[in-house]
Amino acid sequence: MQDNHLPALEIDNLAVQVVGDRAGRHVLENISFNLSPGETLCVVGESGSGKSVTSLAVMGLLPPDALRPSRGRILVEGEDILTASPSRLRELRATRVAMIFQEPMTALNPVEKVGEQIDEVLRIHSRLGRAERRAKILAMLELVHMPDAERIYDSYPHELSGGQRQRVVISMALILEPAILIADEPTTALDVTTQKQILSLIRELQMKHNTAVLFITHDFGVVAEIADRIVVMNRGKVVEVGTRNDILARPREPYTRMLVSSVPSLVPKPRGTLRTDIVLDVKALSKTYAGKRLFGRRRSIPAAQDVNLAVRRGEIVGIVGESGSGKTTVARCVVRLQDPTSGAVLVHGEDIAKASRSQLRPMRRRVQIVFQDPYRSLNPRIKVGESIIEGLVNFGRSRDEALSKARNLLDLVGLNQDAMHRYPHQFSGGQRQRICIARALALEPDILVADEAVSALDVSVQAQVLELLDEIRQRVGVGVLFITHDLRVAAQICDTIVVMQKGRIVEAGPAAEILIAPRQDYTRALIDAAPGRDWDFQNFRPLRSSVR
Amino acid sequence: MRAVVNQLPAEEQAQEAGNAPLAAEAPQAARIIKQLTGALRSGPVFVAFVILVIVVLSALAAPLLGTRDPVAIDPGSRLRGISPEHWLGTDAFGRDTYSRVVYGARVSLIVGAGATFLSIFLGLLFGVIAGYFRVADAIIMRVMDGVMAIPSILLAIALVSLTGGSILTVLVAITIPEVPRVVRLVRSVILSVRTEPYVEAAISLGTRVPTLLVRHMVPNTVAPLIVQGTYVFAAAILTEATLSFLGAGLPPEIPSWGNMMSEGRMYFQLLPGLILYPGIALAATLLSVNILGDVVRDVLDPKMAQKS
Repeated sequence: MQDNHLPALEIDNLAVQVVGDRAGRHVLENISFNLSPGETLCVVGESGSGKSVTSLAVMGLLPPDALRPSRGRILVEGEDILTASPSRLRELRATRVAMIFQEPMTALNPVEKVGEQIDEVLRIHSRLGRAERRAKILAMLELVHMPDAERIYDSYPHELSGGQRQRVVISMALILEPAILIADEPTTALDVTTQKQILSLIRELQMKHNTAVLFITHDFGVVAEIADRIVVMNRGKVVEVGTRNDILARPREPYTRMLVSSVPSLVPKPRGTLRTDIVLDVKALSKTYAGKRLFGRRRSIPAAQDVNLAVRRGEIVGIVGESGSGKTTVARCVVRLQDPTSGAVLVHGEDIAKASRSQLRPMRRRVQIVFQDPYRSLNPRIKVGESIIEGLVNFGRSRDEALSKARNLLDLVGLNQDAMHRYPHQFSGGQRQRICIARALALEPDILVADEAVSALDVSVQAQVLELLDEIRQRVGVGVLFITHDLRVAAQICDTIVVMQKGRIVEAGPAAEILIAPRQDYTRALIDAAPGRDWDFQNFRPLRSSVR
Repeated sequence: MRAVVNQLPAEEQAQEAGNAPLAAEAPQAARIIKQLTGALRSGPVFVAFVILVIVVLSALAAPLLGTRDPVAIDPGSRLRGISPEHWLGTDAFGRDTYSRVVYGARVSLIVGAGATFLSIFLGLLFGVIAGYFRVADAIIMRVMDGVMAIPSILLAIALVSLTGGSILTVLVAITIPEVPRVVRLVRSVILSVRTEPYVEAAISLGTRVPTLLVRHMVPNTVAPLIVQGTYVFAAAILTEATLSFLGAGLPPEIPSWGNMMSEGRMYFQLLPGLILYPGIALAATLLSVNILGDVVRDVLDPKMAQKS
């Protein structure tokens, strides 16, 4: 990028403070970087690093009763946002700086047609007549590759898919051709294939209008794909700024090194084949939801159809797929949190699927589950120790025995024993997930189901938890059914991978086979869409095998 | 926006390092007590608190407060004004107005507390059953819809004319229409909690249903129930006064504020105090309960407070 003209955005020594905090703590400190027209700058960092606060500050959208910029300047094409009047800010926000958010459904008004929502931007900020505006919106909708722009114009948000909604939000943001586009995790809520399309769309529009893009993300795959330059943030400070290759291949700061090398590789680890006994055998499992209707015929929605899979002792079997592929349904049926419509779930030969409530209870201890959201997986009112021993006490162990076992489990998952007497809110997400794993292991289950268990965690914590799971399956010999949408995570940890699409298994086999030589088109498309697949993060270099 | 404020980096990192101090109390209890005592510093809240304390104390200690027998008739001194013997005068039967107002607090508080306790107990019971057991849900909720359609005054008049007026009748008449509201509240909390991962984790740990409900689900209803309880409490006191005023409540010899106002109506021009004193007591009590109820709601249910 050429630096010979005025930067589109310049942030100079910005600091943001908590309003009314006597200690004068800063949420952001010494933030300085700039962004040139036509450039894509990625701001990466883990949760709590201050990347979202930075983007809100640029938009002038900091909640006034909570956060206050205390120092520095934010120059948008030479004009300071922090000293601009509210009406000037409003004008700048639409015409010069635009923003797209993570969740397109909440960014759109659910009771207004999307065409009219885009129209509102033009009505307020331009002098175009009604027909001209409509023509411009239709042209914009075509520009974001919407099929049948006329129909989309008259649709309500709920009638569109997630990807289509994000396209609408993008056209709303870009219709006034702003100089700067701020994208705050715009593809995080989308499936990989949709994500790929949206990323290339942003790239395409950026080329066309020479827009400067400030792209906020936690996903290094996306960063490797789109960034020109990268800002790494941690604890409200800028750690390092550099070009894509500087940061990904030659990081100077230890924090950056740690962060980049935590990104799991798409290349599966070499693993031997396991010859242990099969502990979980799912046979022809189907689950159909009956859609309720007041009148007329009942619709039935198949969530999982004819699913067959087996997990051996000490094996990690991954189910991967996009949202709606039925992977979570399978997981919940295996734990019998849902009743399967047909098929069998054999644990050591005993069928869980058809057991009655009273028969089921003793079988519960064989299969345990770890959920995605560590913040909701532990009862906030109960001490951690009590949570861990709950299962043991349920199955008739004495309290003392259970407590000493719980202490050993905390050791196993790498937590201090005094965690027993604390409440869940005193732990971070990663620590809570360790507690959940300890709780699940307390009953010495044969099968551990991990339903997106690391998806809500930051990469560095994710790496630790994955390592823990791998270690535990070796030490305890538990079979793991690992549900994930993230192929990188699957490549890291799974021996066997099952690919699901629309409730059916598309392909299944050893991880290396599936990821390196997929036989099905859908699997190939999934791997193809995984962002940053040409980069070997752990070794700070491009993948040699990649052909580009 | 709230999420942004939560992203204070320093705290997260301190916890990650395992430096969090050992806290002995439950997660929120300390915060709630601190906020409740903090709220007392505001003028109106403090006044409301003092009024309610006075009402409660005078109801408890009524015989010790220079009162006479509130039902003793004295035809020799009817409709007197304020005097050293009768601090607030006497009514048409020569009964001491001051004593009747003080004893009236007893009736109001008994009815208020009784109706609150009964409606929350029944509401919790049916609400938990409706929320957890799908089969029972449809039946209980349709019955509750039916109960909701009965006007409380009409129900009270019917009950009183069937069984004769007594505190128990009035309590039942006030409680029945309140129960469906509590049931709906509890049911909605249970419905949303049962999909929480920690509840599902407990299910897969083999926790039995009674333990599951008591340990993991019912505690979530406590805060909304306390808030709802303050509303029921105020509404019950008001309904009792209304019923007694209409003659469908307590028998006339029991000193209740509603009864007193009803009887004082005829002598309003002669002695306005007969209506005024119980009226002031009633209004002050209701206002205090409502103000304190709002404080409790703001502390226990911050989301609601932001909306209003």
